[in-house]
Amino acid sequence: MPASLPVPGRPPPAPAARSLSVVVTSVASDAHTWNLVFLQLVLQELGHRVVNLGACVPDALLVAQCLRVRPDLVVVSSVNGHGYHDGMRLIRRLRGCSELATVPVVIGGKLGIAGPGRRSGRERLRAAGFDAVFEEGTGLVAFQSFTRALTNSEGT
Amino acid sequence: MRRRTGLDRSFGGFVARAYRAGALVVQPRMGVSDPAAMRAGLLATRRAAGTTVGTITLDSYTRMGDHATAAAALATGADLNGYPIVAHDLATTRAVLDQVADVDFPVQVRHGSPGPEQIVVALIRAGLHATEGGPVSYCLPYSRAPLGQAVRSWRRSCELLAGLRGSGVEPHLESFGGCMMGQLCPPSLLVALSVLECLFFRQHGLASVSLSYAQQTSPEQDREAVRALRRLAARWLPDCDWHIVVYAYMGVFPRTPLGATALLEDAARLAVRTGAARLVVKTVAEAHRIPTVADNIAALDISAAAAGAVRREPDDAPVADTGIHAQAQALIEAVLDLHADVGTALLVAFRRGYLDVPYCLHPDNAGQTRSVLDADGTLRWSRLGALPIGHLVRPAGHAEMTSSGLLATLSYVERKYDGAAAQRYLAPPEEPAAGAPRELKGAV
Repeated sequence: MPASLPVPGRPPPAPAARSLSVVVTSVASDAHTWNLVFLQLVLQELGHRVVNLGACVPDALLVAQCLRVRPDLVVVSSVNGHGYHDGMRLIRRLRGCSELATVPVVIGGKLGIAGPGRRSGRERLRAAGFDAVFEEGTGLVAFQSFTRALTNSEGT
Repeated sequence: MRRRTGLDRSFGGFVARAYRAGALVVQPRMGVSDPAAMRAGLLATRRAAGTTVGTITLDSYTRMGDHATAAAALATGADLNGYPIVAHDLATTRAVLDQVADVDFPVQVRHGSPGPEQIVVALIRAGLHATEGGPVSYCLPYSRAPLGQAVRSWRRSCELLAGLRGSGVEPHLESFGGCMMGQLCPPSLLVALSVLECLFFRQHGLASVSLSYAQQTSPEQDREAVRALRRLAARWLPDCDWHIVVYAYMGVFPRTPLGATALLEDAARLAVRTGAARLVVKTVAEAHRIPTVADNIAALDISAAAAGAVRREPDDAPVADTGIHAQAQALIEAVLDLHADVGTALLVAFRRGYLDVPYCLHPDNAGQTRSVLDADGTLRWSRLGALPIGHLVRPAGHAEMTSSGLLATLSYVERKYDGAAAQRYLAPPEEPAAGAPRELKGAV
């Protein structure tokens, strides 16, 4: 669960100028889903269309769904502490697929078992092909601005 | 003196004796991969002050059927998040249980697997005869295994377990249907799923079952729900040994020791007052880490003490009626009307949306229902999808769940109990009294 909460009662941010097609997914080993439900609502409130793949998504299923949907953005969320490990593996699978070599892919949540990870872990995830890494504590606001920037850049 | 039957020697019989004696059975969630530590945990549970039963909770590799990875982890000495009952050899598990599990201390295996045949075989070979789960409740929340596959697998697993009947012990199976996503599932659906899974168990040979209900967000609503569950169990399972098990809150847990303790005590009081026979506890460590054996023993003590201070209500004690019983009854009847085979009926019901768990992302869940919390903490339907209870429920207003509303809802119980705890810490000091709350040490 992201710790930077939206303020209850405050109106949601204005819908984006352009509606993105977004795939929201967990990683293969993670059975948690409330984080995925939350992200789906956040994205829908920004005006985007969401395909939510749910819990325990095998890498091959994620690749197949991305080839089917051809999303503008892939959001990987994991809170069981295996996100770093599973994320490194799945981003190589995604980037190894020529059709998905450039689709924006981000990851966030509780990625390690010992709280927010070291900078080196985030850099390795980015070097392996993630466009951004959002960890618990600062993740949500940064994720929303990333999505906004993506909407604007793709809209122009 | 009554003749000792299979039931007397079973999990269900133990709970029934405690219930007749007026004691709530309390039970931990506990599982570690090291056999000596597992045995020590069971022994500590057995010696705890209340009327206890033991638990062996399995690890997530075993739950997923990945016994090779569990075995590899054991070989390297790595710790798992539970006891790998299939990967450990039989002699090891028998040694864990030797002189620990017996007629006065039954041990149940809790796992979470949508395909538990190997787990059931392993627990039977180790001499155990009680476990937990169900084709819906162990499939939809934690896996993406097809529901049809889980139904087939649970059918075989029930038949394996039921094969113990006539061997001098009565096997016991508990439905996890009273939990589902842990939060935000309206009580009528939890109650219906518990009854339906127990009917599935009975159809596949079991004659001793328990129906679960997880503490939710409103004590009054929970009271109504457990009373409804008891009435429906009596109606639908007249030829079975059955009891009700309450789970202490399964959602986001309070972070303060006082808040967590108060929530657990409320669960124990709910169980006793409503005529439930057993409570599965949570601990004050819940929000922070995997609980230790000591955390669990403390939770058993807290629960037993809270339970001992209240009394069971008579069955005709007045209780609010917001429609939980009628809705659950309608759901059960609509599902059973779909097919004579309960497993097939469950599959058709989910396909048609007659059963549809709010916020559950499993591919075989229709996902057309929604729920919200009222200002007073009552959990209500806000969208019914195709649930066959439209004649019984007026969905709550316009309320579409927002992202911020979801976070507020998921943390409602945590905020309520931690908020009350904070007020007690901040209040001017009172005269110390016997039984005063323990000091807040190392909290938050």
